[in-house]
Amino acid sequence: MKPIALLGRTVLAALAVIGRIALFAVDAVSHILRPPFYGREFLSALMNIGWLSLPVVGLTAVFTGGALALQIYAGGSRFNAEAVVPQIVAVGMVRELGPVMVGLMIAARVTSSIAAEIGTMKVTEQIDALVTLSTHPMKYLTVPRVLAGLIVVPLLVAVGDVIGVFGGYAVATGTLGFNPAAYIRNTVDFLEPLDVISSLTKGAFFGFAATLMGCYHGMHSGRGAMGVGRATKTAVEGAAVLILAANFVLTGVFFTL
Amino acid sequence: MIEMTDIHKSFGSNHVLQGLNLSIPKSTSMVIIGGSGTGKSIALKCILGLVTPDSGTITVDGKDASKGDRDAFLARFGMLFQGGALFDSLPVWQNVAFRLLRGSLKRPHDEAREIAIEKLRRVGLKPDVADRLPAELSGGMQKRVGLARAIAAEPEIIFFDEPTTGLDPIMSGVINELIREIVVEMGATAMTITHDMTSVRAIADNIAMLHEGVIQWTGPVAEMDQSGNPYLDQFIQGKAEGPIEAVR
Repeated sequence: MKPIALLGRTVLAALAVIGRIALFAVDAVSHILRPPFYGREFLSALMNIGWLSLPVVGLTAVFTGGALALQIYAGGSRFNAEAVVPQIVAVGMVRELGPVMVGLMIAARVTSSIAAEIGTMKVTEQIDALVTLSTHPMKYLTVPRVLAGLIVVPLLVAVGDVIGVFGGYAVATGTLGFNPAAYIRNTVDFLEPLDVISSLTKGAFFGFAATLMGCYHGMHSGRGAMGVGRATKTAVEGAAVLILAANFVLTGVFFTL
Repeated sequence: MIEMTDIHKSFGSNHVLQGLNLSIPKSTSMVIIGGSGTGKSIALKCILGLVTPDSGTITVDGKDASKGDRDAFLARFGMLFQGGALFDSLPVWQNVAFRLLRGSLKRPHDEAREIAIEKLRRVGLKPDVADRLPAELSGGMQKRVGLARAIAAEPEIIFFDEPTTGLDPIMSGVINELIREIVVEMGATAMTITHDMTSVRAIADNIAMLHEGVIQWTGPVAEMDQSGNPYLDQFIQGKAEGPIEAVR
């Protein structure tokens, strides 16, 4: 009976965490819609999540786009389909790799930093201090970060898409012998508005999920350095899994249903 | 007047408060003493609503602390946290003026800064500290900044959680004197948690000895040494033998 009991306890514990995260998300959204708003904290979160993530997003996208072009060329040449490189790079980057790579980079860079920062605030009683200073931690800490993630990550995804496509273009025209003008024309002609809409929608969801997980696990951090370390690790794992699972669902919603 | 009646609070099987009763008259300074882990901080956090008691009532000036406008309620309090709890990302003056820069007590930026610098001066810090970050200050200076933040909005009630922990004896004496002066000049009601008997004698009008989740003795500080209470006597004299079990 022990393994079954253990499995049952694990499943119940996992469901309880999912429930708590869902309630936290509902609470965060309800606070987004109600004043007061902390403009300075929102601008600071926009800067941290958006502007300061640009280098890592750009580098990730350019290498991913370049590698994608090489893979498609190598795979396509097995059945004389090398010419589809521009189209597949564009669709692959915009629909799938752009949002997912940016989402995972945000999980690594932003979720971890939010969880560590808020977790440290919790263990050093700064969150209690906020309450005694008549400031709701959800409004002051969570809302600015979640709102910034929701707004700025789609923009990062758009930038990542363009840079990724450019990475493919650079490799294709520089080493695979593609004509630059034809490559751009094929890319632009092949993409549809729905591709871009799905990319930005995924970006918004991933931004929301990544920042929310950072805030939730930071707010529920255990005591001491170990507690903050565990909260940070769990936040990044949770955000990455949530992003990949949501990507699957959203892809299904946009393209296969 | 703060009145705590039959407060119970447990964390799992750990019954921290087991029927705590305590009254703190207006404009007096109450110090709660007791061993580590006896629930002193929890009692204080129950009043502020940071921890919700399992049962019992807390009233402030006759009004139930768990009901009514929370912002207005908290605006009456200031608190000095054990580790300072200063916001790392904000310069010192914005920490001090935090409450004056947002919410119902919001003042214009320049006025808030002026008040912050005045409060820093009141706790013995120079104006050039105002633009530094908390991490650039020593432990004693951080305590003073925490004290300045606690009094910035001139609250009616001030809580001090272990105000001298981690400080050298001279700095402890300075902080004790500051607390006493500020409480007297503001006419505030003060509640302090400490293990430090020097602080107790410097700060308190009344003391309460908390052990096993209940107040074992309470009375004026002048009567502390002749209380005849075995718990209090053991604590004051720092003896290993007595009703309070000392783990070796």
